[in-house]
Amino acid sequence: MSETPIQAGATKERPLSPHLMIYKPIPTMVMSILHRITGAALYFGTILVAWWLIATASGQASFETVSWFFSSFIGRLILFAYTFALMHHMLGGIKHLVQDTSAGLGKDFTTKMAKLHPVASVILTVLIWIVGYAVR
Amino acid sequence: MANQNDMRTPLSRVRGLGSAKDGTEHFWRQRLTAIANIPLMLFFIWTIISLNGVGYEQTVAYLSHPFVSIIMLMVVGAGIYHMKLGMQVIIEDYVHGAMGKALLIANSFFAIAISATCSFAILKLGFGG
Repeated sequence: MSETPIQAGATKERPLSPHLMIYKPIPTMVMSILHRITGAALYFGTILVAWWLIATASGQASFETVSWFFSSFIGRLILFAYTFALMHHMLGGIKHLVQDTSAGLGKDFTTKMAKLHPVASVILTVLIWIVGYAVR
Repeated sequence: MANQNDMRTPLSRVRGLGSAKDGTEHFWRQRLTAIANIPLMLFFIWTIISLNGVGYEQTVAYLSHPFVSIIMLMVVGAGIYHMKLGMQVIIEDYVHGAMGKALLIANSFFAIAISATCSFAILKLGFGG
C-alpha cells in the first residue's frame, strides 16, 4: 500500500482573496485606484523635477535643453498630465485627511464626492494652465 | 482590558507597537507630510507657473532667492518622504518575498538619490551657482 501524502494538494494553487477585477467598478473604488495610480505617476515624475533643477543649476546650455523639452508638444502633454495627477492626488489626499476625522463617511456622500472628484481635478488642472499662460 | 487569551506582555500592550514594531509611525508620517505637501505643492505650482516661458537668467535669479531655496528644500523633503512612504505601501501590497524586499530597498535608494539631486541643485542655485 502506498503511503498517503499528509499534505495532499499542498503544492496546488491556493485560493487567493478576491481582487480588483472581480468587483463591479463603483465611483469610490475607481477614485481610490486612481489615487494610487496618480501617486505612482507623481513618484516617477520627480525624475523630471530633478532633471529640471539639476539642468538649471548646471548652466545655460543644459537649461536650454530642458526648456526645449518641456516646451515641446510631448513635454507639455507630460506636464499637463502631471498637473492633473497632482490635482487628483491632492484632492484625494484632502478627502483622506477629512475622513481621518470620521467626517463625511456616509454612503451617498462618498459616492457624490467620488463623482465630483475627477471633475474638480480637471477644472483645477485647466485653471492652472490658464493662469500659467495668462501671467506669461 | 486584558483579554485572557492575549499572550502579549503588559509592557507590549502599553507600547502599542504591534507586530511590525513601529506602531502608527508610518501612518502618522504619511499624514504629516500630506498636510505639509498641500501648501508646499501649491507653492511649487506657482513657481512653475511664474517661470513659464522665462529665460535662463530670470529662472536662476528666481531660484537663487533665499526664500525660494528654503521653501524648495521643504518641497523636496516633504514631497519625497511622502512618496517614499506611499510607494512602500504599494510594494508591500503587491510584491512579496525576495522581490518585494529588493523593491523596498530600491524604493529607499530612489527616494534618497532624487532628494540628494534636487537638494544639491537647489543649494547650488541658492549659493549663487
